Amino acid sequence: MTPTPSKNNTQLAFQTVGIPLVLGLLILGAWQAFVVAMDLPPYLVPTPVLMIQTLVTDWQPLLTALGVTVKITLLSFALAIVVGVSISFLFVQSALLERALFPYAVLLQVTPIVSIAPLIIIWVKDTNLSMVLCASLVALFPIISNTTLGLKSIEPNLHSFFLMNRASRWQILMRLRIPSALPYFMGGLRISSGLALIGAVVAEFVAGTGGQGSGLAYQILQAGFQLKIPRMFAALLLISLTGVMLFALMAWLSRVVLGDWHESELQAE
Amino acid sequence: MSSSFSSTPAVEVLSANKTYANGYQALLPVNLTIEEGEFVTLLGPSGCGKSTLLKMVAGLLNPTDGRILLWRKPVADLLSSGKKMSFVFQSPTLMPWADVATNVRLPLDLSGLPKIEAQERVCEALALVGLEKFASAMPRALSGGMQMRVSIARGLVTEPDLLLMDEPFGALDEITRHRLDADLLALWAKKKLTVIFVTHSIHEAVFLSNRVVMMAARPGHITQEHIIDEPYPRAQEFMVRTEFMRHAQALQKSLELASELLS
Repeated sequence: MTPTPSKNNTQLAFQTVGIPLVLGLLILGAWQAFVVAMDLPPYLVPTPVLMIQTLVTDWQPLLTALGVTVKITLLSFALAIVVGVSISFLFVQSALLERALFPYAVLLQVTPIVSIAPLIIIWVKDTNLSMVLCASLVALFPIISNTTLGLKSIEPNLHSFFLMNRASRWQILMRLRIPSALPYFMGGLRISSGLALIGAVVAEFVAGTGGQGSGLAYQILQAGFQLKIPRMFAALLLISLTGVMLFALMAWLSRVVLGDWHESELQAE
Repeated sequence: MSSSFSSTPAVEVLSANKTYANGYQALLPVNLTIEEGEFVTLLGPSGCGKSTLLKMVAGLLNPTDGRILLWRKPVADLLSSGKKMSFVFQSPTLMPWADVATNVRLPLDLSGLPKIEAQERVCEALALVGLEKFASAMPRALSGGMQMRVSIARGLVTEPDLLLMDEPFGALDEITRHRLDADLLALWAKKKLTVIFVTHSIHEAVFLSNRVVMMAARPGHITQEHIIDEPYPRAQEFMVRTEFMRHAQALQKSLELASELLS
């Protein structure tokens, strides 16, 4: 009736990882061929081969920079989760608070971080802390929005059942709202993780133009000034890979938490 | 099976009605008494207020006027009278993230019963519906009929005195429905419950109940009551006997008359 598990997993792995990989290699090949054929100078567009070479030769400063960026990303992601979930709980317990504060959460979302970042960097003495704050602000809204939606998306009959059994608000929160919210929360995490990275990089850029910082964005800025374009590309590559890794991590987490029971994680038969 | 003639009726609906804020009259004032041990069916087409009435008895809806007494006490005070009530919905209404045992254990968890004692009662309840082997299965791995049986087990785990069921078998195929009807009657006899069962199926009403309360729509109200004075236990073959047909025809006529009066 269903394909054997091993065959299904192999098929899935091939589709999820194999095909994009092959596609990526094709694009890299085309890129290499194009640069060589047009004889483009490396200070304009490096070949992928040159980019990888630079990554290897300059690995020490690049890797240190990567560590800084990743640290800031993870810290701001964690902060966004803690603050976002707390605010969502508050919103669910008090409709009044939600109506009062939700517009400001939206304001947070639509204000470009590049315009607030300089202010935060000036106000907060510690550079790293200011960058974490900037990135948290960027990553915050999807968590609030998705988690609030999830906490409210409880099945009405199930809610009635809890009420009939005289469940307390706490019991309803712990046993009904939080499990119901998990799929939405996981969705929010996927979006937020990428935003935390973007926020970290943007904050670094803003800080970097002021002469401070040591992450990958700083490396890109420096490489730009010194016309070390291959190094710039290498740093960009590292940022992209970090983003992909974060997303893969969130996808894996989703599978662990929801795999047993939620429609989104069930494989088509 | 004769209803126990105890002096305290299980359910008394005293001129309870339901009109919504927008003026929609879901239910005209209803007067209904149900004795302990009865199996009463609320029968009628969609919109006749039968689910509304059931939810008012359950305390999920408040009557706009009138009141409802359970063992002579208001619904909200049911706990103090030492009696228990369970509700089985139209859909299984299980928690998809928890396994069968956890789902059945939910009402006991909510009331703070220690887990060890609760587990025992869960096993008993699952045995009653024939699902002992599925305690650690997840709901989505079960068929519709099995999920419904889990829902019934959850309704029985608290050892209720009053069982309210809102078209519980409506979404199931006929074969499963017949089997669950028979199982339900066996449980009712064994546990000496009082059952109020909402349905739109005449055959189900005749097979299961000792009293059928017929309702009509626009606005919802009770039209007639019909006693099914056939003895219990009722086997599946009861459905093909002449007495069964006689009752079914009487109900059919009643419903037709009611709908004629409307048009």
